Amino acid sequence: MTHNVLFEVGLEDMPARFLKSTESQFLNKTKTWLDEQRLTYHSVESFITPRRFSVLIKDLSEKQPDLHEEVKGPAKKIALDESGNWTKAAIGFAKGQGADVDAIYFKEIKGEDYVHVEKFIEGQRADEILQNFKDVILSLTFPKNMRWSDRSLRFIRPIKWLLALKDDEVIPFEIEGVQTSNQSFGHRFLGSTFTLSSPTEYEEKLETEWVIANSDKRKKLIMEQLNHLETSHNWVIPVDDDLLEEVTQLVEYPTAFYGQFSDDFLEVPEEALVTSMKEHQRYFPVRDQNNRLLSYFIGVRNGNEDYLDTVAKGNEKVLNARLKDAVFFYQEDQKQTIDDYNQKLSRMVFQENLGTIKDKVDRITNLTEQIAKSLSLNETDINDAVRTAEICKFDLVTQMVNEFTNLQGIMGEKYARLFGESEAVAKGINEHYMPKHTNDALPNSTIGSIVSVADKLDTIVGCISVGLVPSGSQDPYALRRQTMGVIRILKEENWSLSFEALIDLVLEQLTEVNKESHDSEITLAVKRFFESRISYLAKEEKISQDIIRSVSHRNLGVVSQLFAKAHLLENKRTDEAFKPTQEALVRVMNLAKKGDSVQIDETQFENEYENNLFNRIEAVQQPISDAYDKEDYQDVLNQLTLLTDDINAFFDHTMVMADDSNVRSNRLAMLNRIAEMINPLADFTLIEWKQQF
Amino acid sequence: MHIQDMILTLQKHWSNQGCILMQAYDTEKGAGTMSPMTLLRSLGPEPWNVAYVEPSRRPADGRYGENPNRLYQHHQFQVIMKPSPENIQELYLDSLKQLGIDPLKHDIRFVEDNWENPTLGAAGLGWEVWLDGMEITQFTYFQQIGGLEADPVSVEITYGLERLASYIQDKENVFDLTWTEGVTLHDIFYQPEYEHSRYTFEESNTDLLFKWFSDYEQEAKQLMEKALVFPAYDYVLKCSHTFNLLDAKGVISVTERTGYIGRVRSLARSIASLYVKEREKLGFPMLKKEGEQDDA
Repeated sequence: MTHNVLFEVGLEDMPARFLKSTESQFLNKTKTWLDEQRLTYHSVESFITPRRFSVLIKDLSEKQPDLHEEVKGPAKKIALDESGNWTKAAIGFAKGQGADVDAIYFKEIKGEDYVHVEKFIEGQRADEILQNFKDVILSLTFPKNMRWSDRSLRFIRPIKWLLALKDDEVIPFEIEGVQTSNQSFGHRFLGSTFTLSSPTEYEEKLETEWVIANSDKRKKLIMEQLNHLETSHNWVIPVDDDLLEEVTQLVEYPTAFYGQFSDDFLEVPEEALVTSMKEHQRYFPVRDQNNRLLSYFIGVRNGNEDYLDTVAKGNEKVLNARLKDAVFFYQEDQKQTIDDYNQKLSRMVFQENLGTIKDKVDRITNLTEQIAKSLSLNETDINDAVRTAEICKFDLVTQMVNEFTNLQGIMGEKYARLFGESEAVAKGINEHYMPKHTNDALPNSTIGSIVSVADKLDTIVGCISVGLVPSGSQDPYALRRQTMGVIRILKEENWSLSFEALIDLVLEQLTEVNKESHDSEITLAVKRFFESRISYLAKEEKISQDIIRSVSHRNLGVVSQLFAKAHLLENKRTDEAFKPTQEALVRVMNLAKKGDSVQIDETQFENEYENNLFNRIEAVQQPISDAYDKEDYQDVLNQLTLLTDDINAFFDHTMVMADDSNVRSNRLAMLNRIAEMINPLADFTLIEWKQQF
Repeated sequence: MHIQDMILTLQKHWSNQGCILMQAYDTEKGAGTMSPMTLLRSLGPEPWNVAYVEPSRRPADGRYGENPNRLYQHHQFQVIMKPSPENIQELYLDSLKQLGIDPLKHDIRFVEDNWENPTLGAAGLGWEVWLDGMEITQFTYFQQIGGLEADPVSVEITYGLERLASYIQDKENVFDLTWTEGVTLHDIFYQPEYEHSRYTFEESNTDLLFKWFSDYEQEAKQLMEKALVFPAYDYVLKCSHTFNLLDAKGVISVTERTGYIGRVRSLARSIASLYVKEREKLGFPMLKKEGEQDDA
């Protein structure tokens, strides 16, 4: 016979953001525990609402299976005395195992007989085991715990009730003064206390008490209600998944309703309205078929449809008051100038050792100018880029951004336009924050890209300069994310500026800063930091680590070229046709490391193969140099391929490490010349070639 | 319901739950939490149940009486129960019913909101209570006060009286709220709001304020050395209010700001430990009293 079992923990309202993880944790720990207890079951189902989490176990076995266990005792020579009677040791052992001496048998282990008995362990009854389920509840961990009253337990929220039922029997245990029972509680206001006579009634009975215990069902219900509102009003309600999840976990019984706000508020940038609705009030904004924001909102109430008008009216009042604030901020902000705001930035600390935001803006501005000039932008673009940098942070001290911090950049763009800045500058201000996260879009304009790189590099190099290197999960200035952003932009933009040159420019701006070490050490630390991010990105693009190492063996250079080279070599690594060339070149590079001169003296040649190779080198030198200039690495490889036969002939007939030191260094010099043609591409000796398997 | 009647209703309700009804504390402060009736009394093992109205000054929120929602001084109804009763949520919801708010006709939610006051070295977990989307109450289980673990845990319930009244009276502007029949908030508070805003933002003597801050800090330290907890605490409150005035006037830079907050926090921490020590010397008298009652 099997049993159905239900455990429900009732609590004061849990934080919505922890519900999902708590539910899956409870489910997994229940299953693991049942397995450890050697109890079998058909299924375990979990439920969660803000006020409860529960598991329903179906067809749980009545008891553990019995166990037969062989236990080893003392050696035979100790177990039997001279006359063949059981010794005290043997009797004691048998007794200890709950067996009679008659049950003893011998078994040989490594040439010696030992006493054994077969121990029978009767499977424990589920009844008794289930009383320990308390351990599972207490083993739960939460991101934030609290204590309450004079209790010592730390838990997600105070425990209000415990329901523990095996079929129609209560499973007795107690946690922090709360005793298990067969009672549960419905919706706080609409429901009542009720008694369960069977675990399988749980979900259904709760529903009649205005609680939808299954959170997926709640979510589905909300979606249906939203769809219904869309169709009946001809609206579009874009559903933000995070918001939907949060709203689902804030209620036990969802009922969507709509409200309206004054059309006057639509003059405020819609990002501010949307933030106010979503972040502050957890409402869904409403749009028309042309994606225009409408003066409606959707809320989800914890309850049924009774008095829904009162609820909607109350919510309207709150939102109107909030939006009135937003309008007020929006109008007030326009009464000052960008200069006023920029002045105030000198009162905002960026980082203790890196000065104020104003200091940072000054550095970004200089850096932007240098980058823009080195990219040979035209006069207008340079001026726009510099202007963008100068005012890229002014919105941080506006009332609007002070109230809605996630609107930084967005308000900057809007206000810049209102204050008469050029379109390029306005856009650049918003774009300089991009990419805001791993999958975010990159800046659209070159100006946005330049200021974004300048801002991020200032933060990265600045922080590393003053010893703020991220470790483990500690990365308060989000240096990893910003580094990734810089790499992605550099990769996309294909600027001729090398990584090393960029870092030098950034360090020049940081001369006022009290650095922890010399510039050369900082550069190295920054390079290491970038390398780890580059190798992370390479992995995502299916470039292996040895290839990345081979193309960055001297420096990171121009980041976009680094990736172009890596992709090419990743293909060549398995290209059968390239194998002879690769082998010849690797041999050259290995030997070339033994010498350092590139001065070739033709009079020292002793055979025609040296001559041939030399002529071939002379012939490909210029084309290879041109190919590098054109960033055509395939062509570099094509030209290098032309050397293959002559290299092989050379090695077949020439002893490079000749006794005569002049001859030897002359031959090494020739190999060095070849190596120098390959080095700007990669160090081939660092690659694990895989043309054959 | 007039604000005055709301106060009477809440007082009656919490008095019935065994709370001592206190009056507002007579030193300027930014929140009901800062009254010694909360901040000090929630420390240590002695049971403590109290309710009081606290006029709370937030100089930076002064708007010359022109903003419909923001005030230099607003009113909080503050409840502290230590240890927190098991049915505290129900007790709270009952109080809303007393105020005429029928939960069946509204949407009342407990939305996670963890409270932290670095100046006081205090932190707690709990909720903001939403009434049809409006935050009407802060509900907090203190976990730490003045840098000390709260044990047993106190629960703090702070009603924003003007907020709640604007819902109950259905008014858009706080100044239209009625305190009692025929008397509005405007009648009583408009002039002080205007004058305090002018004082805070225009007329305060910055040099004097800086000097006062240091003097109050000195006095608090001096008194703590003599183990005079309550007088010392008054000067900590004065420090805190003086800092708020300086901050509102915008004369403290961000870097300095951290320094000032640190100074107030260090005072708050010292005084928290001192309070517990002095109560211990007295043998935690309120604990004893409870024990005696149990014996009887």
